[in-house]
Amino acid sequence: MKVSYFPGCTLRTKAKDLDKYARDSALALGVTMEEPDNWQCCGGVFTTSRDEIATKLSSVRALMDAKSKDQILVTVCSACHNVIKQTNHAMQTDEEFASRVNNYIAPENYNGEARVMHYLELLRDEIGFDKVKEKVVNSLSGKKIAAYYGCLLLRPNSVMKMDDPENPSIIEDLITALGGEAVVYPQRNECCGGYIALENPEAAKTRSNTVTASAANAGAEMIVTACPLCKYNLEKNGSEIPVVYFTELLAEALGVK
Amino acid sequence: MQRIGVFVCWCGSNIAGTVDVQAVSDALAHEPGVVHSANYQYMCSQAGQNLIKEAIEEHKLTGIVVCSCSPRMHEATFRKTAAAAGLNPYMVEIANIREQCSWVHKDMATGTEKAIILGKAAVAKVNLNAPLTPGESPVTKRALVIGGGIAGIQTALDIADAGFPVDIVETKPTIGGKMAQLDKTFPTLDCAACILTPKMVDVAQNENIRIFSYSEVTDIKGFVGNFDVTIKKRARYVKEDICTGCGLCTEKCPMKNVPNEFNLGMDNRRAIYIPFAQAVPKVATIDPEHCNMLKNGKCGVCAKVCAAGAIDYKQQDEYISEKYGAIVAATGFNPISMDKFDEYAYSQSKDVITSLEFERLTNAAGPSSGHLVCPSDGRHPHTIVFVQCVGSRCASCSEKGKEYCSKICCMYTAKHAMLTRDKYPDTEVYVFYIDVRTPGKNFDEFYRRAAEEYGVKYIKGMVGKVSPENGKLHVQASDLLADKQLHIEADLVVLAAAIEPDKSARPLATMLTASMDTNDFFTEAHPKLRPVESPTAGVFLSGACQGPKDIPETVSQAGAAAAKVIGLLAKDKLTGNPCVANSNELMCNGCSSCERVCPYGAITYVDKEFRMPDRTTKVRRVASVNEAVCQGCGACTVACPSGAMDLKGFATKQIIAEVDAICK
Repeated sequence: MKVSYFPGCTLRTKAKDLDKYARDSALALGVTMEEPDNWQCCGGVFTTSRDEIATKLSSVRALMDAKSKDQILVTVCSACHNVIKQTNHAMQTDEEFASRVNNYIAPENYNGEARVMHYLELLRDEIGFDKVKEKVVNSLSGKKIAAYYGCLLLRPNSVMKMDDPENPSIIEDLITALGGEAVVYPQRNECCGGYIALENPEAAKTRSNTVTASAANAGAEMIVTACPLCKYNLEKNGSEIPVVYFTELLAEALGVK
Repeated sequence: MQRIGVFVCWCGSNIAGTVDVQAVSDALAHEPGVVHSANYQYMCSQAGQNLIKEAIEEHKLTGIVVCSCSPRMHEATFRKTAAAAGLNPYMVEIANIREQCSWVHKDMATGTEKAIILGKAAVAKVNLNAPLTPGESPVTKRALVIGGGIAGIQTALDIADAGFPVDIVETKPTIGGKMAQLDKTFPTLDCAACILTPKMVDVAQNENIRIFSYSEVTDIKGFVGNFDVTIKKRARYVKEDICTGCGLCTEKCPMKNVPNEFNLGMDNRRAIYIPFAQAVPKVATIDPEHCNMLKNGKCGVCAKVCAAGAIDYKQQDEYISEKYGAIVAATGFNPISMDKFDEYAYSQSKDVITSLEFERLTNAAGPSSGHLVCPSDGRHPHTIVFVQCVGSRCASCSEKGKEYCSKICCMYTAKHAMLTRDKYPDTEVYVFYIDVRTPGKNFDEFYRRAAEEYGVKYIKGMVGKVSPENGKLHVQASDLLADKQLHIEADLVVLAAAIEPDKSARPLATMLTASMDTNDFFTEAHPKLRPVESPTAGVFLSGACQGPKDIPETVSQAGAAAAKVIGLLAKDKLTGNPCVANSNELMCNGCSSCERVCPYGAITYVDKEFRMPDRTTKVRRVASVNEAVCQGCGACTVACPSGAMDLKGFATKQIIAEVDAICK
């Protein structure tokens, strides 16, 4: 199986682990991930100002590339996934936005035909957690692992359509498939404070510490996340337990780390 | 040739503000057949109607066109006016120049032009109108009430008191509905059972009322005054007429772990059960999903202990056919599911409950015998947080909630909070609200008492998250007036879940051809002036199936619906609608297209002898319309491939003439 893969800039710099282990694990599961030629930064944030299209054009180009190859566009970074999925949704549903973008990219035309998936959705819906389980060589048995979703991965639910943002299970199900023990704790879907880290570092620190304390309090030995900003923020603010990317855990269990 | 009079109404400034009424009456005066054209300030007033009557007599009019408001508003008025002047009422046509013209246009020139066109179309139609005479049909003097909650009970009692027989169909094993599950009622705090159960007994003892409990309506045919209804009486495996309601079987049944729906699953019942002590009818019912005897033929304990010999494992569903003159929908409401509101951790903690569950927890006959306890471990809660508008007024989250206000939550939450503080003064009680809405007699005084005398902490703001942590519920909320984030360690969180119509309402509406709004509440015939009638003749609305309502309002509406039913059943004959389908037998080729599309079953086929041009006779199969059943919807006229089917008063050539007049 071949999929289109949009790594995003952070995965080329700060989050190389997230990227490397995602590729290696995909190969072990029989999935080849192909990058679009000359992809550009997703913009980092899906701006809600309706007249802002420039920052969304790189997402549109990646989507068009996936459409032309008839492949699913897979992302692994929470932020890239959010921006690209929201852009695709806007291209499908917001006529004015779509026509402005199409004027810009003419003579080409795009109306949201490509399918966007987070890497976790690829594992769950295309490969299947049961198949992943079969490929496990180093079971994570005995490890108490807390899934951290953050604010961005599942929201807004009406667009992401990935899992219930108030009571999710997709990462817990993956942890269970890999043989680990998923620890459910109340703060797993709350914000780490990442977006206010520069403006109000104290508030960000309080948020991060609340999250990590909640996980540790529930008995977790480590936290896994899909978001580079979450990982950076939780670690910088002194998490008492290690924070790793879920792809690293996956690679470890599949024996490709 | 017709002699047509045109009457243009100003409707004060409603029409005259955007339409040049003088120009309209001048322009229409020259249309074919028009012999008189006038305009007047209020055509529907006594003076306006007299103007029409005088013109009919003076100009010997054979048809009239009134350019005014929607025919839904005053068509009946002007038909009566015409009839009073000796004109056939079906020679009246309305050109709607208000809703479809003056109200939607701003420019006088275009408004006037359109009004003239609409008037011309109506004149073209009247030119082809023929006098129609409505038929009469008898009225079956029996009413059907669907739903046995307080709405259905009150409607049935009022109809029965007027001397008409009534049947109540209730899906549950007992009547009583939601009110039977409530503890106290606002704003007077009398106990719900104390005021409801005597009414339930009245229903049981009233010789004009029959109760079909554990039953449902499966088919409705016919029309106002003459409904044919099929009721499915589900097998309860207990002979209703023999069971004494002693309850011994419900104590001896070995299946002890069936979730008790009356207590919302907070405790268990047996596989054979009586929902509650005051149930009506007080007979046992076997739940076939959980009964061992019915599932695999092993057990039979209830039959052994029943002294009356009422148990019948072989009982079958029974279908009953009955005729009714009027049908009342009283299907009620349910709280919405909390599955999609996991920010309040309803699925994650037993100590997060809905308000209806709170009612059962504080009810002496409830799962905790009326002691307010945390369902998780039975401890006494010291801090209780009430969250209002969970799923109500949820415009931005329509995929999980409702856009409307559920109306009853502010008052029952005030009641819960007040009663808790009264009985357990050591508890801290918070109520989070968007707005507190308490319009109603003695309602605001009640809420103020909760806040001011009983010390309930009302906080404007919503709860963002409830997290079960260390055996407590961590509640994070915003206090909008103090502009603060609050963190409360609560023992119990109570969610005021939005209410929605019962799921049985939609299929019932389809059977009744009664209309519903987008939220599946039944639509009333007029939102202000006909609030208890459905637009479908003979169908009436009682209680929360029409919109969220508290008990006082439900009882008022239930009585009003009963009054309308009594008014209908008191008539011996009903005048029908003469605008019905009519088949031209010479053109009909017997294809059955019309029969297939008719939603009322009004079309049948008959074999008829026809004399052919060569003087032989031939038997052909042709459509025949039952005029008493036909509702004049016109579906058959569209389906008919040979053009044989036509609608009286709306004949194809009349419609074409209107279109031609508009396009000319």
